[in-house]
Amino acid sequence: MLYALLGGFGVAALAPWLHQLFGRHSGWALALWPATLLVYFCGFLAGVNDGPVLIQHNWIPSLGIQLSFMVDGLSLLFAMLISGIGIFIVAFAGRYLEGHRDLGRFYTILLAFMASMLGLVLSDNLIALFVFWELTSITSYLLIGFNHEDAAARRSALQGLFVTVGGGLALMTGLIMLAMVGGSYELSSLLNQGDVIREHALYAPMLWLILLGAFTKSAQFPFHFWLPNAMAAPTPVSAYLHSATMVKAGVYLLARLNPALGGTELWLTVLGSVGAITLFIGIWLALRSTGIKKVLAYSTVMALGTLTMLIGLGTPLAVTAAMAFLLAHSLYKGALFMVAGIIDHETGSKDLRDTGGLFRAMPITAVVAGMAALSLAGVIPMFGFVAKELLFDAALKNAASWILALVIAGTIMTVAVGALVGFLPWYGALVKTKKQPHEAAPALLAGPVVLALLGLGFGIAAPWVDRMLLGAAATAVAGVPVDYPVSLWHGFNTPLLLSIISLIAGLLLYRWRHHFRHHTRFTETLARTGPERGYDLIMAALVRISAAQTRFFQSGYLRYYLLIVLLTFMALVWTVLLLHWPALSVGIHLQGIQLHEYVLVFVLMVAAVAAARTDSRLGAVASLGAVGFTVALLYVMFSAPDLGITQVLVETLTVILLVLVLFRLPKFLRLTSATLRLRDVFVASAVGITMTCLLLFAADARLYQSISHWHVAQSVPSGYGRNIVNVILVDFRALDTLGEIFVLALAATGVLAMIRLRAEDKRK
Amino acid sequence: MSMPNRPDSLILRVTGHFLLPLLIMFSLFLLLRGHNEPGGGFIGGLVAAAAIALHLFFTSVQSARRLIWVDPRDLIGWGLCIAIASGLFGMFGGLPFLSALWVELSVPIFGMLKVGTPLLFDIGVYLVVIGTVLNILLALAEAEDA
Repeated sequence: MLYALLGGFGVAALAPWLHQLFGRHSGWALALWPATLLVYFCGFLAGVNDGPVLIQHNWIPSLGIQLSFMVDGLSLLFAMLISGIGIFIVAFAGRYLEGHRDLGRFYTILLAFMASMLGLVLSDNLIALFVFWELTSITSYLLIGFNHEDAAARRSALQGLFVTVGGGLALMTGLIMLAMVGGSYELSSLLNQGDVIREHALYAPMLWLILLGAFTKSAQFPFHFWLPNAMAAPTPVSAYLHSATMVKAGVYLLARLNPALGGTELWLTVLGSVGAITLFIGIWLALRSTGIKKVLAYSTVMALGTLTMLIGLGTPLAVTAAMAFLLAHSLYKGALFMVAGIIDHETGSKDLRDTGGLFRAMPITAVVAGMAALSLAGVIPMFGFVAKELLFDAALKNAASWILALVIAGTIMTVAVGALVGFLPWYGALVKTKKQPHEAAPALLAGPVVLALLGLGFGIAAPWVDRMLLGAAATAVAGVPVDYPVSLWHGFNTPLLLSIISLIAGLLLYRWRHHFRHHTRFTETLARTGPERGYDLIMAALVRISAAQTRFFQSGYLRYYLLIVLLTFMALVWTVLLLHWPALSVGIHLQGIQLHEYVLVFVLMVAAVAAARTDSRLGAVASLGAVGFTVALLYVMFSAPDLGITQVLVETLTVILLVLVLFRLPKFLRLTSATLRLRDVFVASAVGITMTCLLLFAADARLYQSISHWHVAQSVPSGYGRNIVNVILVDFRALDTLGEIFVLALAATGVLAMIRLRAEDKRK
Repeated sequence: MSMPNRPDSLILRVTGHFLLPLLIMFSLFLLLRGHNEPGGGFIGGLVAAAAIALHLFFTSVQSARRLIWVDPRDLIGWGLCIAIASGLFGMFGGLPFLSALWVELSVPIFGMLKVGTPLLFDIGVYLVVIGTVLNILLALAEAEDA
């Protein structure tokens, strides 16, 4: 399992070379990887009805973080969708972006995204899940902004990133609270703790935080605006991320946590209403759009709302409906997006108004699009019909009446949208397009054809699909065994009646779509003052605040930087000291101090005063040097030769550096007023007093047993070295040293950049 | 090139030429003995950097750059890589990152030597320190020439 996931990142890293190796067949070659994964995941199908399979690897054992994976119905359904649709997306991308100079890079990001997504749905550990969650946000940012020379693409990518990562922050807090309450980071054990978690005082804040993460990721109202904007991405990305995978991550999380968090009044209310509102707004906006991808994107928002609403209901019937809807949606939406890509690729049009009568030129694509659209509209015998029947059934039996009304209205409009994409571009009078339209290449057609056929096949064999995977997925979501019969034909009942009504009403709506658009213009104003406007305002405010605080703190004067640092330091130290005042004690032990030690300290003080008082730069350097060397001497006297040597060397090099800089500084001038200097004296003395007090308190406080004894005792036997300082540096606490040398490297880079910039400025 | 206001001192030049190899050897000595006696990668690196700074004072930036024959920035990069690599050895054995591994080698003349990944780590530190100091020093000296 570990190899299946990490291998994905490996293949992603190698993708540019593989791309060069296979040339124009790279799409098919790279598609072998998701194909392998799909076969691997199929191996889990046999045992999926017997309960979850757990696979564990230690990751950071000291923090209790494990790389553990759980394969049950839900995660397997997602994993198979991700890898299965991934095959065709990769092949599709190879043809769609053929000749693009960054295709190799594109493969890398796409495959890395795929691996992250798989990690997300298979992780059993909350931390690992969160890491993969954020990885999908980052990789999708890179994918949406793939055409980085396009300002709109950059803006959309950034918007998607901000919205999802902002939600991710909330999610992290929520997940940590969940782990604290449930006493474990493992989903497999948290899912059995539902009663404890739901009763806990932290339940409500935790739920809100987690929901914020899930809602932003899954584009629920009022965060729905980023998803259609993300259509700036190349079409294969839209087809993959924004129909089948990325945006479903939020839904996955809700479904996954349903046994632990679900079933409460709060859960039902929030998920039910947010889902239903998202559903309605999504399909409403879809019907008002004319860009093919925009229409599909908004109808994805509808699907995500439906899923959220169904998971909120949480009954066995509703979760079965959710899983069926999820499967159906992934199949038809993946197919339709790829069809949109084909239209774009073969005709050069992206707008429904610029297309028509394409059936003659590309009959296979037209038939496939028609099948997928039938599934979208929920027409028998497609799998979409099965899903919609279940949706109606669940809404009738479990949902409030206003939700049911929204669902019915949404379904009617969905039928109209289905006609919009499945009928409008293909039939009627031929509209002249930019390119001469012709049938698409096999690599482009493979995905839509297979997905549309699966939509048909799964519809006919619905009970088989249910037995194989859907039932197990629903069981995983519900947390109790679910055995709700799923089949194409449920007899004459209310859902069927609703289906027929919505089909007829939807077709009528399609017929009068121009009137609909005309009479709903008023919503344009709403959209302009809607959530996206809020996002823009927040971003603008962020920039303003950053600018203001940068102007305040980054004045460019060294003395202000010092002032801010020192004042902050004092404020922090004194806050802590005053908070712990009663526990503090000072013991000053003057006995046992040798005369020469007094002398050294005296020299030190004189040198420090001299450094502060002198009027010459060289004098200041020399006095500071004296301070440094005296401190080095103190180190040596207190048997810390390593520190002493280091101090001497650092002093020497500092002097060399100062000499190099000294020539470049202007003449020593007094620029400040007496009042300002008085303030500086005051601050400097205060810092000195603070530091002295801190040291005095620290010397007398002993909260924990000193660990120096352990270091002394262990240095030779386990560190193989007699120099304890060095053993600590390179062995016992090597990770700290590693961090420090990284800081050193960063500092060097920063200084280099500053010096170079200055030199360039001067040259100009 | 020469730095402004820099006197051309014969004594500095002559002693500098003799001191440079000695200082470099001393820095290596400090690096290698660091595990048992005062010394180590950090101190060794500072000494080596100081040695090259001395060279810089009586010759030129170009000459100092030729002397180290790699860009100091590369030194930083290699140092970090070596330090990280030293931590990976343990991982192959299933131990946590940066676990120390030791082997005893019998080397002619020196006898038994204990060699371990901490030494490798220390070499990484050594390179990073040299690279950092020289980076700043050379950049400053070059900026002065400009």
